[in-house]
Amino acid sequence: MSLWPVVIAAGALTFLIRLSFIALLANREMPPVVQRALGLVPPAVLTAIVFPELLVLNGQIAATLDNHRLIAGVLAMMVAWRFKKIMPTIVVGMVALWLLQWLDR
Amino acid sequence: MVVRYSVTQPLTTARAQFFSGLKDTSPLLVGAAPFGIIYGVLAIAVGIPQVMAQAISLIVFAGSAQFVATQLIGAGASGLVIILTTFIVNLRHALYSASIAPYVRELPRTWKWVLSYLLTDEAYAIAIAHYRDNAGEPNRHWYFLGAGIALWGTWQASTAVGIFLGTEIPHEWSLDFTLALTFIALLVPVLRNRTDVIAALVGGFVAVAAFGLPYKLGLILAALCGIGAGLLAWRLRK
Repeated sequence: MSLWPVVIAAGALTFLIRLSFIALLANREMPPVVQRALGLVPPAVLTAIVFPELLVLNGQIAATLDNHRLIAGVLAMMVAWRFKKIMPTIVVGMVALWLLQWLDR
Repeated sequence: MVVRYSVTQPLTTARAQFFSGLKDTSPLLVGAAPFGIIYGVLAIAVGIPQVMAQAISLIVFAGSAQFVATQLIGAGASGLVIILTTFIVNLRHALYSASIAPYVRELPRTWKWVLSYLLTDEAYAIAIAHYRDNAGEPNRHWYFLGAGIALWGTWQASTAVGIFLGTEIPHEWSLDFTLALTFIALLVPVLRNRTDVIAALVGGFVAVAAFGLPYKLGLILAALCGIGAGLLAWRLRK
């Protein structure tokens, strides 16, 4: 079986999902409650991406101090909060994770 | 005597917005590149031909979906299963589409199509923050385009590196953590008030509780719960 039709269909569907509301909501004003709901998408989605990365370890919830990713992630959050810059956040988080892993060998 | 004034470009020209988008996205590329490399390596490892592996990055252009699809291809899943799974994994982009729609509604159709193609998690996060923090500024879609192109280029190039490198980055380097850190950096600026924080906390904890759900369904459920909690908090405060 050739993969090409599968790849093209998957790509087309992905594109259509991304285009969906951009095309549909083109010419209408949205009610305030919908606007408010859409304004909450970034905070809700971003933590939904981040939290499991920090709190789920090997398929289990690990809210403990020996969870290196959790400690490094919280540190990175503090850096992000204080300096509001992406690069220092990534660098501090990564160095913290390496240090913790190295100390724990 | 002729006095020459240096003319500084305001951030409102298309060109300035575009380069500003490129520049603001550049730190994110550190987080995105390792993933492209890992994807390329994985695709070759499960036996996807090189041209096909690169074409998937071009045609689908969606990190998590590509990882899941690659695993399914490796496991010999049918085409229909692969297509359906990609669809479910990418459903969260409908939320991004709805959220960014009000800002791009005046744009011509070609623009909407191009920006939709570029609407990844990272492009969404960086573009929506710019739209919200610079209300009324013209040419913000050029910023979105700059950010999208930077991420697109990185994804294509890092896929190619992974394909030709062919060897796994050592697991102990934990380079996959850069992606979580990237989203941490993107999260903080969007927390503007108490309602945002409530939405964020509920979204985050529901996602942890629902991590067992397959195909990012936990993420979608969590986002909807977070939005619902935020709306409720907003209603109660009024």
